[in-house]
Amino acid sequence: MDVKNLKEYLHWLYYQYLLITGIYVLEPWEQSIFNTVLLTMVAMIIYTSYVFVPIHVRLALDWFALLVQGRVDHITHLSG
Amino acid sequence: MARRADVSSKGSQDLHGSGSSRNRLCGSCQENGKSNGVAHSWSKRESFEQAPMYVAVLTYLGFGIVTLFGYFRDFLRAVGLEKCHLAQERDEQKDFVPLYQDFENFYTRNLYMRVRDNWNRPICSLPGPEFDLMERVSDDYNWTFRLTGRTIHNVINMGSYNYLGFAENNEKFLQPVANATKEYGIGVCSTRQEMGNLDIHQELEELVASFLGAESAMTFGMGFATNSMNIPALVSRGCLILSDELNHTSLILGARLSGATIRVFKHNNMQSLEKLLKEAIMGGQPRTHRPWRKILIVVEGIYSMEGSIVRLPEIVALKKKYKAYLYLDEAHSIGAVGATGRGVTQLFGLDPSDVDVLMGTFTKSFGAAGGYIAGKKELVDYLRAHSHSAAYATAMSPPVARQIIRAMKCIMGLDGLTVGIQRVRQLAENTRYFRRRLQELGFIIYGSQDSPVVPLLLYMPGKVGAFSRAMLERKIGVVVVGFPATPITEARARFCVSSAHTRDMLDKVLCSLDELGDYLGLKFSRRKCTQFELDS
Repeated sequence: MDVKNLKEYLHWLYYQYLLITGIYVLEPWEQSIFNTVLLTMVAMIIYTSYVFVPIHVRLALDWFALLVQGRVDHITHLSG
Repeated sequence: MARRADVSSKGSQDLHGSGSSRNRLCGSCQENGKSNGVAHSWSKRESFEQAPMYVAVLTYLGFGIVTLFGYFRDFLRAVGLEKCHLAQERDEQKDFVPLYQDFENFYTRNLYMRVRDNWNRPICSLPGPEFDLMERVSDDYNWTFRLTGRTIHNVINMGSYNYLGFAENNEKFLQPVANATKEYGIGVCSTRQEMGNLDIHQELEELVASFLGAESAMTFGMGFATNSMNIPALVSRGCLILSDELNHTSLILGARLSGATIRVFKHNNMQSLEKLLKEAIMGGQPRTHRPWRKILIVVEGIYSMEGSIVRLPEIVALKKKYKAYLYLDEAHSIGAVGATGRGVTQLFGLDPSDVDVLMGTFTKSFGAAGGYIAGKKELVDYLRAHSHSAAYATAMSPPVARQIIRAMKCIMGLDGLTVGIQRVRQLAENTRYFRRRLQELGFIIYGSQDSPVVPLLLYMPGKVGAFSRAMLERKIGVVVVGFPATPITEARARFCVSSAHTRDMLDKVLCSLDELGDYLGLKFSRRKCTQFELDS
């Protein structure tokens, strides 16, 4: 029963997506083209973020650490 | 610095002080507690709620995506990969000025055609509170249709202008019309000025004049032509027409045909109208600065796309102050508003002789066809001689005139029954009930609480087609309107409440609207529901 509700809910979500983007009025082959293009773009975004976001986050954290370390060094140098 | 401040404060004081004696309208609006009570209470009864911002963004997104696909399909047609079903130039004419490249044709080809099955549906019965539709399917995505031969019976009619339920085929009520057909025939075969002036027309015009409380009236065979052919007879070059932003096409066409200067004021906005009047009187005609020969303010009683009612008391006050003339088009409001169905003049408690030209149509509340113009006797006599419609258009057909006479006598109670006044009251009750329930359900509807025209906002282009088809599946016939009749972001469904709708029919419609509102996601209203009094 839960599976049936889930299926109906997913069908309703897809219907809302069709209505909101205006794809509802297009012919089925045009809908397929749009869905393909959209899914390709989403896949590319996910892949790019999977490959590059951890590296960028690590580099940013290293830079902030360097900044804090540099400040501490400067303060100890001035006071000492 | 101090002196400049003194001057400015003295100036404003002077304006306010002498303002309240001369500019009585402006003064009374600025002082608290002394304002014109009508304007304040009426503005509370009208609502034009704005949807949340994301709705506008998604509407533009939807239009953008469909436009992109429109360009794509046009490219396929130009390259030859797809056959073009619409009119195209011939090959020899491809180098000429293009005929079909403007936005309107692009919109028709690529947006309207895809959802075209929601309009022009063939009806095969009387357009009463319930009617029959012919089933129609399309095999090639709305380029061509074919009728399957089946009929969809008893579809609830929420789109016909049948406010008082006179679109009926009750034999007893229609007996006078049948007698008129037997006596006069159907065609008049002449214009009013030649041989087409029948005694039934005289009777109808006297009845219309007494119904409206005017001195005299004249009737015409077509409602649209009443506006477009008579405004040119009343004004011409050297006159000024101040027309509301949302006036009907017939008024705009008549104003343009007349050759007068047209200036547009914002919809129902009295400050805009007053500013235009002041500028007109101070500046005069464009180059010569001579005074205008006539200033005519053209407004409608109920605006059918918004459901809003004109602010008549304020306009009459302005017109008296600036000595302009007023032309009131009561196409949707005659018979439908007012305690006894006399229109917006009765709704606001005004004297009909305050309005210079009372115009209306018989199409909406009287179940017939045609229009009238009423006013002072000199005005109507002038129109009898000078109107293009009187000189060139065929006179009104006698059975139609008899139907209007019987409908009007029914409303006035002259036939001895109370059917008419009951229908007027039933319409008012149905209107208030329907509007109150729609607001409680959470939809955005426009317009005044008394207007039987109820626009329900849909906004997104995908939902417009889906809504109309889903309502037809539930056996309810609605009219949806999109661009270009409305602004591009405000597509709507327009309901016309009728006195012939029973409470059951309205409840069925409201139940379906509730379900569809949740399923499609149409409940955009963000206000808490307030309690409206329901006096029966």
